[in-house]
Amino acid sequence: MRINCPHCGLRDVVEFTYACDANRQRPNLDVTDVSEWNAFVFDRINTRGEHKEFWQHNHGCRAHLIVVRNTVSHEILSVELAKQPLALATKTPRKRTAAK
Amino acid sequence: MAEYSAFQLLKNAFNGNTGWKQAWRKPNPKPNYDVIIVGGGGHGLATAYYLAKEFGIKNVAVVEKGALGQGNVGRNTQAIRSNYLLPENQHFYELCMNMWEGLSQELNYNVMFSQRGVLNIAHHPAQLDQFARRGNAMRLNGIDADLYSRADVAKALPGIDMSQTARFPIYGGLMQKSAGVARHDAVAWGYARAADRLGVDLIENAEVLDFIKDGDSIIGVKTTRGEIHAPKVAIAVAGSTSEVMRRAGIDKMPIESHVLQAFVTESLKPIIHTVATYGGGHLYFSQTDKGSILFGGDIDGYNSWAQRGNLPVVEDVMSEMVTLFPGLARVRLLRSWGGIMDMSMDGSPIITKGPLPGMYLNCGWCYGGFKATPGSGLCFAHTIAKDEPHLKSAPFTLDRFARGYAIDDKGQGPTPKWH
Repeated sequence: MRINCPHCGLRDVVEFTYACDANRQRPNLDVTDVSEWNAFVFDRINTRGEHKEFWQHNHGCRAHLIVVRNTVSHEILSVELAKQPLALATKTPRKRTAAK
Repeated sequence: MAEYSAFQLLKNAFNGNTGWKQAWRKPNPKPNYDVIIVGGGGHGLATAYYLAKEFGIKNVAVVEKGALGQGNVGRNTQAIRSNYLLPENQHFYELCMNMWEGLSQELNYNVMFSQRGVLNIAHHPAQLDQFARRGNAMRLNGIDADLYSRADVAKALPGIDMSQTARFPIYGGLMQKSAGVARHDAVAWGYARAADRLGVDLIENAEVLDFIKDGDSIIGVKTTRGEIHAPKVAIAVAGSTSEVMRRAGIDKMPIESHVLQAFVTESLKPIIHTVATYGGGHLYFSQTDKGSILFGGDIDGYNSWAQRGNLPVVEDVMSEMVTLFPGLARVRLLRSWGGIMDMSMDGSPIITKGPLPGMYLNCGWCYGGFKATPGSGLCFAHTIAKDEPHLKSAPFTLDRFARGYAIDDKGQGPTPKWH
């Protein structure tokens, strides 16, 4: 298995570490429903086929990546840099109280 | 019934082996059963056997997508042990260990159970302390455990690198003498034959395509060999759990499928007399009765449904084997293969009623399911027959994650690739 790192090019899988399933969406921190948090922590889609997942190129540029990979053939279908999910990035920042 | 015995062996030696009967029938599926078991591996077959034997439920079908025993029960490194730290695991696996001891007699099939011991080797003092803690926990629950010194390890494993200049010098180990190995295929075949003799229908080449539902309740399965109905449908499909559950309409499970590789060398004279594990990395090995050294290490570390792995793990496992046994560096590898592990979120199995009405689920064995085959079958059969968990499997329900009662023997948290 080789992964095409956006910074470093095609590299062997030994340079990368698999992090986790990237399909999961962390609930907003103000969610207090325990079942939503349980689902986030414990439940997985575990796709047989195209699976979106986080990898890190930790023996290279150290960038975190989102890789779409076929879990049956191990074929890598796409690789991109892991950016902050749009929903979190566009959230209005918390107001800071001015230091007195 | 043609029992297997020394007398039968002798008799058939004189009649050209014409007296043997087919080990199990090849029945066509009936439209209705009391229980359908999905998955004809070790656990599914054992469950069918105990349903018929212990609970008198003989109108049972086992449906298997391929041939019996071709999944993980035919792919493992056949170690059997109960050297766990947590009481839930200790009680459950010790039940299995006790069942293994009489299994060949019970099934009238030689499963070649050999109590040659499992030795965990420690490579630094803290590790030996941790092993002592685990050994004490085992002894408190009536399981045998012996703390081994350096000299004991050297005696148990001649040929091992005992030098102080080794990358990770050996400090001692933890031995469970009652642990051992069994011939994995024989376990599947033995249970299949015994279940068949009690009237269970073993239906091969019948893949479950869909579940038949009445409202929310499962009342049967659609297979490639037609529809089969039963008020109780039990699932024991190991690595395929998520995919089979998806066909029942459940999208997410606390399971990830990972690939684990195993290796076997050419046959050698006997040099390894126990099952042993390397504490400087992750490696376990034993020598089969044929003389091959059978060994394996970590899972590949990423989700996989392919029954084959990648080369970095091969290199890692080989280097660990050669570190321990420099003398084996030139031994040739005969075969390597992979199997799909149903890695759970706490490294412990799930034996449960539900999650849908009429459904029973047995999964999450990570890469330790083989040793659990008898106990898993008995506890799962109990759950199916009585609609309540067996005393020993009561902690292993599916809802334990939500209730905060995860059984995390390794203390790794909900990251399946680390268990």
